[in-house]
Amino acid sequence: MTLLPYLVAGWIFLIGLYGLVTSRNMIHAVGCLSVTQSSTYVLLLAIGYRDGGTAPVYADAPTDARVVDPVVQALTLTDIVVGATVTALLLALIIQLHKRHGTLDPDELSELKG
Amino acid sequence: MTRQSRLWFFLAAATVVAVLLVAAFLALPHFGGGFHPYGDRSVRAALAHRTANAVAAVNFDQRALDTLGEETILFAAVLGAVVLLRQIPGERQEAPRPAQVPAAVRRLGVLLLPVALLVGMYVVAHGQVTPGGGFQGGIVVATALHLLYVAVDYRALERIRPLALYEVGDVAGEAAYIVTGIAAMLAGSAFLANVLPWGTLGTLTSGGTVVVLNAAVGMEVACGVVVLLAMFLDQAVRIEESPGNSAATQGRTGK
Repeated sequence: MTLLPYLVAGWIFLIGLYGLVTSRNMIHAVGCLSVTQSSTYVLLLAIGYRDGGTAPVYADAPTDARVVDPVVQALTLTDIVVGATVTALLLALIIQLHKRHGTLDPDELSELKG
Repeated sequence: MTRQSRLWFFLAAATVVAVLLVAAFLALPHFGGGFHPYGDRSVRAALAHRTANAVAAVNFDQRALDTLGEETILFAAVLGAVVLLRQIPGERQEAPRPAQVPAAVRRLGVLLLPVALLVGMYVVAHGQVTPGGGFQGGIVVATALHLLYVAVDYRALERIRPLALYEVGDVAGEAAYIVTGIAAMLAGSAFLANVLPWGTLGTLTSGGTVVVLNAAVGMEVACGVVVLLAMFLDQAVRIEESPGNSAATQGRTGK
C-alpha cells in the first residue's frame, strides 16, 4: 500500500494554513484558503481511487467496467462549488474592507472603527 | 502577538496536526483498494436508473436534496455579493470608456464566443451521459459571454447582459429545481424522486429527472455567475468615488 496521495493532501492542507497564518495581504489569504480547501479534493479523490479503475461514466465503457468511486467525486464537485462561492463572498468583503480602511494588511486591521 | 511568535505557535500546532493526520491516514482504507461499499451501491443505483454518468446520478438522483442545498448556497452567495458590492453613499457611476483592443484579439474573441457558448450548453445537456452537467456547463456559458469584454469592451458586454434578466434567470433556475421536486411529490412519490421515464442508457433522454435538474442548475449557475462577475466588474470599471467626497473618506481611513 502507499500513503503518498494521503500525505500530499495533508501537505497541501498544512502549507495552505501556513500561508494563511503568515499572510500580509487579504487577497493572498483568500488564495491560501483556496489552497487549504483543495487538499480536501485530493483526499476525497484518493479515497475513491480503485487500482486500474476508469471514470464512473458508462457512456463508452461496458456496464461491468471497473470504475473509481463516484460518491467521492460528487462530493468533490459540491466542495468546489462551495469553495468558489466562499471565495467570491470573501473577495467582495475585501473590496469593501479596502474602501473603508484603505489597507489590505490584516495586521493593520486590529483596531475597531465606527 | 508578534509575527515571529505567531509563526512559532503555528509550527508547533502544525506539527501536532501533521502527526494526527498521518495517524489517521494509516487507518484509512488503503489507496487503490477494492473496498468501496458506497461506490458499488451508487453505481448499481445509477445503472438501474439508466444514468451513464454515475457522478451525475449521485448528485441529481441519489443525493438530489443535497444538491438543492448546494445550489442554494450558490444562490445565497450571489445575493450576498450583490448586497456587498452595491453602490454605497459617496460613490458614483461612471460610464465605461471604449477600449482599444488589438484586431487579432478581437477576431479571436468574437470567433470563440459562439463556440464556447455552444460547448457550455453541450456540457449542460449531456450531463447525464458524459462528464459535466449543470455546474460545469453553467460556468462555461457564463465565461463565454465575458469573451465579449475581452474581445471588445465593457459597453459591448453590457449590451448583451441586461442584468435584471439574469437575476430573474438565477431565481428561475433555483425555483425550477424546487418545482421539479414538488412535481415528483404530486406524481405520488417523494420530494425530488426520479419519477420521469429513465430511457435508454447512454442517450440524451436517459436519466429521468437528472436531465431536468441539470438544466435548472445550469441556468442558475450561468445566470448567477454572470451577476456575480457583473458586481465585481462594476466595482472595477463603473463605480468611482465621488470627487467631492474624497476628503471625507480620507478622514475615515486616516490612522
